[in-house]
Amino acid sequence: MNWRTVRAIATKDLLEVRKNRIAIWSILGLSFFLSIGMPVLIGLLPLASGASGGDLGPFEALTHLLPPGLQGLPLGSRMVVLMLGYFLAPLFLIIPLMVAAIVGAESFVGEKERHTLEGLLYTPATDLELYAGKVLAGAVPAVIAAFLNFAIYSVVVNLITAPIVGAIWFPTVSALALAVWVGPAVALLGVSASVLVSTRVETFLEANQLTGLLSLVIVALMVGQGSGLLLLSLPVLLFVGLVFYGVDVVLIRLGAAIFSRDRLMARA
Amino acid sequence: MTMAIAADGLVRSFGTVRAVDGVSFEVGEGEVFGLLGPNGAGKTTLIRLLAGVLTPDAGSARVLGLDPTVDGSAVRSRCGVLTETPAVYERLTARQNLAFAADVFGVPVPDVGPRVGELLARFSLQDRAEEPVGGFSKGMKQRLALARALIHDPELLFLDEPTAGLDPVASRQVHDLVGTLRDEGRTVVLCTHHLVEAEALCDRVGVLSKGRLIALGTVRELSDRLLAASPVALTLLDPVTDAVAAAVGVVPGVTVTEREERRLLLAAADDGAAADAIQAAVRAGGRVVSAGRREHTLEEVYFALQGVPA
Repeated sequence: MNWRTVRAIATKDLLEVRKNRIAIWSILGLSFFLSIGMPVLIGLLPLASGASGGDLGPFEALTHLLPPGLQGLPLGSRMVVLMLGYFLAPLFLIIPLMVAAIVGAESFVGEKERHTLEGLLYTPATDLELYAGKVLAGAVPAVIAAFLNFAIYSVVVNLITAPIVGAIWFPTVSALALAVWVGPAVALLGVSASVLVSTRVETFLEANQLTGLLSLVIVALMVGQGSGLLLLSLPVLLFVGLVFYGVDVVLIRLGAAIFSRDRLMARA
Repeated sequence: MTMAIAADGLVRSFGTVRAVDGVSFEVGEGEVFGLLGPNGAGKTTLIRLLAGVLTPDAGSARVLGLDPTVDGSAVRSRCGVLTETPAVYERLTARQNLAFAADVFGVPVPDVGPRVGELLARFSLQDRAEEPVGGFSKGMKQRLALARALIHDPELLFLDEPTAGLDPVASRQVHDLVGTLRDEGRTVVLCTHHLVEAEALCDRVGVLSKGRLIALGTVRELSDRLLAASPVALTLLDPVTDAVAAAVGVVPGVTVTEREERRLLLAAADDGAAADAIQAAVRAGGRVVSAGRREHTLEEVYFALQGVPA
């Protein structure tokens, strides 16, 4: 494998993505909403509800995930801590997923859409180098965006909850595992799904919409967490990450098999 | 002569359509070879097979001594391809486009900057080097695509419709470039349906029709094979008189095929009959300004091959 070639393809794709306004605004908008907008809104909940007693209803099952020091918090504060630290944490995985899917769709389908694929196929890059370059172009910014957003989310959550909790408590071990272990796995899922989708569609928007359906997986995790069916404790998260990585390996191998010059050119 | 390309019975189908159907030909090193044929004749598919981008269903090829099916990457590293559409990255600048190509084609890192600068200057793009290519005219994009095809100093160039959509000045620049490439000893395969262009630039041509190579040779060879002897044009200073026309018409082996105000077109069986016809015209009082065979054009050859009257 010639890494100079792989890096050149990935760098070129990222330069192109930077000039795609739809892609950039989608990523920025999503990042702002999930990392800043959403935690701020949730932080305002106790003020809006004025809750001071009773129970948390369906979220009561999550209470035992809280560190002992936080279990005695008033209801409203407990709700904010639970929502930001536990219930909504899986939603955060949408960032690496969507960034990977957007960049992947732009990178794979965009070449077809702009009729530049043929020129790329005439280069000496092997099929594997072309594929690796494209996967790298999707995965690297997704992981960087995920880590960056996680850092911002952590700062925002602590700014909102520190006065209630009386300490800087986020990220928890499970949130950290979610970002560092599950996040990259989800990024790879987004990229590998883009490759597969790109063999079937002709435009960036189509590819983007189809890979966007993957966010349902994340919603399922969130619902599982909220309903108490799948509490994302550390062991569960390690297992979920493993499952994602396993799916990634299968999808990436499948994508590499599909990514042949002959097949791409025959469809061009 | 060492062969740059040797194709033997190449076949490639897409579904039920045979895009290339048993094509065999050779191109010598340093030769400018034209691939002619209407749209859909199989020219582009043939280039893709030779560059190792498509795999043949049957047959084989050697390109620069390598099998493109097995050593596709090595073949492509020694070939430059200008695709039918320029296929440049419109969001990137001209310099970024060439730098990317230099990286992927393995130009040594210290040479990338100078090589990119040299090609930008050669193709008169240095003043727009830092602008996104999306704002370029079609001619500029084509020049950039040509520069990209040359970035790694290839031995063999495939130019697919290099002047399609270009204005006459830009077309002339491309023709000059092909001449320069020939002078540099590079092999050029030129796909075109511009017959005048092919006639002016190519040492030999191959004519494709429905995936089959239906003719191969120099324009003269094809003309001799396919068409009757070229007509002799006899041009007079004064209008052609009946006496002159009659005198020429009775020369054995000569037929007057066309009579214009000051010119006669003759079908002469051989050069001797043509010389007798000229003498007869002079004896009949005709003042001959010029006389000579008018060679068949590639266009006439091409239409004869396609079974269409020229």
